[in-house]
Amino acid sequence: MNRTTLQGVLLASSVLAGVGVASAADVTLNIESWRNDDMQIWQEKIIPAFEAKHPGIKVTFSPSAPTEYNAALNAKLDAGSAGDLVACRPFDTSLQLFEKGKLEDLTGLDGMKNFSDVAKSAWTTDDGKKTFCVPMASVIHGFIYNKEAFEKVGAEVPKTVDQFFAVLDKLKADGTYIPMAMGTKDMWEAATMGYQNIGPTYWKGEEGRKALIAGTEKLTDEGWVEPYRVLAKWKPYLGDGFEAQTYPDSQNLFTLGRAAIYPAGSWEISPFSSAGLKLGAFPPPVAKDGDTCYISDHNDIAMGLNAASAHKEEAKVFLDWVASPEFASIYANALPGFFSLNSTPVEITDPLAKEFVSWRQTCKPTIRSTYQILSRGTPNLENETWAASANVINGTETPEAAAKKLQDGLDSWYKPAK
Amino acid sequence: MTDLASEQGTEAAQRRPRRWHILVFLAPAVIVYTAVMILPLAETLRQSFFNVVDGRSVFVGFSNFATLFGDPRWSADFWNALRNNFIFFLIHMAVQNPIGIALAALLSLPGLRFAAFYRTAFFLPTLLSFVIVGFIWKLILSPIWGVAPWMLDLVGLKAMFGPWLGKSGSALIVVSLVSVWQFIGIPMMLIYAALLNIPEEVIEAAEIDGITGWGQFFKIKLPLVLPAIGIISILTFVGNFNAFDLVYTMQGALAGPDKATDILGTFLYRTFFGFQLQLGDPSMGATIATIMFLIILTGVCIYLFGIQRRIRRYQF
Repeated sequence: MNRTTLQGVLLASSVLAGVGVASAADVTLNIESWRNDDMQIWQEKIIPAFEAKHPGIKVTFSPSAPTEYNAALNAKLDAGSAGDLVACRPFDTSLQLFEKGKLEDLTGLDGMKNFSDVAKSAWTTDDGKKTFCVPMASVIHGFIYNKEAFEKVGAEVPKTVDQFFAVLDKLKADGTYIPMAMGTKDMWEAATMGYQNIGPTYWKGEEGRKALIAGTEKLTDEGWVEPYRVLAKWKPYLGDGFEAQTYPDSQNLFTLGRAAIYPAGSWEISPFSSAGLKLGAFPPPVAKDGDTCYISDHNDIAMGLNAASAHKEEAKVFLDWVASPEFASIYANALPGFFSLNSTPVEITDPLAKEFVSWRQTCKPTIRSTYQILSRGTPNLENETWAASANVINGTETPEAAAKKLQDGLDSWYKPAK
Repeated sequence: MTDLASEQGTEAAQRRPRRWHILVFLAPAVIVYTAVMILPLAETLRQSFFNVVDGRSVFVGFSNFATLFGDPRWSADFWNALRNNFIFFLIHMAVQNPIGIALAALLSLPGLRFAAFYRTAFFLPTLLSFVIVGFIWKLILSPIWGVAPWMLDLVGLKAMFGPWLGKSGSALIVVSLVSVWQFIGIPMMLIYAALLNIPEEVIEAAEIDGITGWGQFFKIKLPLVLPAIGIISILTFVGNFNAFDLVYTMQGALAGPDKATDILGTFLYRTFFGFQLQLGDPSMGATIATIMFLIILTGVCIYLFGIQRRIRRYQF
């Protein structure tokens, strides 16, 4: 009976409303998520670990496709048929749901003390008073490289920007490998793996990001234009026809061993590890040796409680467990590349993931500059940044012109609090 | 006798039962069409006059339209999409329809061998899903794995190949041509049917008068299939200004590079449903949809009242 309630998403719930409430003995919690890649991990590792400790609560993980998730979730929440627990996208998408009363306020949840303010920032109201999702994981940007390629041309792992371009020159001169696997067709690669990856080094991470929100810095300032100038210099090192190269193309080029460096997000770790290549990683290079390095450690996924859930008590038990170090350890190891936001350090076994997470000790983390507040209006700064980054790399727009266009777009609707 | 007849007539009229069956038979079509076409259309038109102010939907008159045409960003996006859409349409008119007519003329030649095979082959892409067509062509034109660079290499023209889908100068033309490739079967089939309808006598008479070959095609056959060409033009117009799927599958919702392939359909999609961090804006989306509706309505009216009435029809 429970099964039907859970599976027959829209129809069943409207027709058989209240069936789930009837079976009180064994409560089943339903999780909505966009991570359909994680289905197996949830079913084989995470859920059994929880159910073993909490008899009487059953958990079902029912994800939908990432591109459909936001729309599907909105529709289900409106129809009252969404699951008890809801995976939260960072920032405005979830904030909007909270403001509409679709998500429960979780500020008082015990487990919340396990998270720092930065970890919670993506799921907290603008005034910082209320938190509505339990942070689960973040993704870190950096560069993944093919160790064999580096050995072949005798390159060292670059620390500074100059060294970085020296390595690229060596790889290009050798010609065996495409120096860097990235395309501009899908545009977000250029923005996310390019601009947001190397950018924090120039705009000084959180400092610059907050100054931008406060209005004391502008996108036309040196710290925000310089990353575009560096990106423009990437062009000769990208593969033939990179203008029409898509994200899966880049991934394939790299995992087939045809490219040497891949500007990456840590979510690539598990798919890349299975390719059988010897891989290493390095953080975004700094201007001068000894400079502070900055990394994008972007809050990516959290879990909230559907305000219309019939099993709020049980759901809170589950969320408390999600906030525990135990969950953090299972999750981070099952999904190398999705790093726990829990304050308790997690022992990670995957070497590449370990390398990525080690940067948290040496570099200053920040989140993607366009995500908080700045992408609320029209034109949307994040989407504009995609186009700008792709244009700069394609050489169809100068870094200065691209930055000016972004700032003008932002100025047209965003008035920072003075 | 006449009296009797008229009496019978009035009696029949009085006794004639109400013709309920007309309503019954009309009902399914009217209900379904109203539910899935007329109501949504009316709702879209209504919504374009409303916007959300302080969390409530209120009537705002023409202010959405004022934003669309008055705000420099909105209007730049809109005119860009409209211009691209016109280019998209002109390429179809200039390439798809003439080639379609030519193919139909060739297919209707008497004595052509394998005519049925060619007909099927030309028509087949029309039956394929947009997703398949978009994906296949993306793969064919891929500079990394595609067969296009390899085939050009075989004939020594590798230098002519470029990452066309990624360049703002060529992307729209390529996408239009892929769409032409996909839909060439429709004008071909319609013209083919029209050509087959031309009676043998007319052709024979022309031959007796010494008009054959090209002359026969241009002087006899083409004027006779002109109404069909008119229909095709208007179908192309409506189809192109409603197009969305192919651009979406080939270039994504942002219609890259740098909005070079953005047509009204993708512009509407991004605005209405939102994209990535951009949240959907149903009011502005409805406004764009209304403008699209008006554009198509205008085009169809021009055709119906300006062109179709002047087309001469021949009765055989």
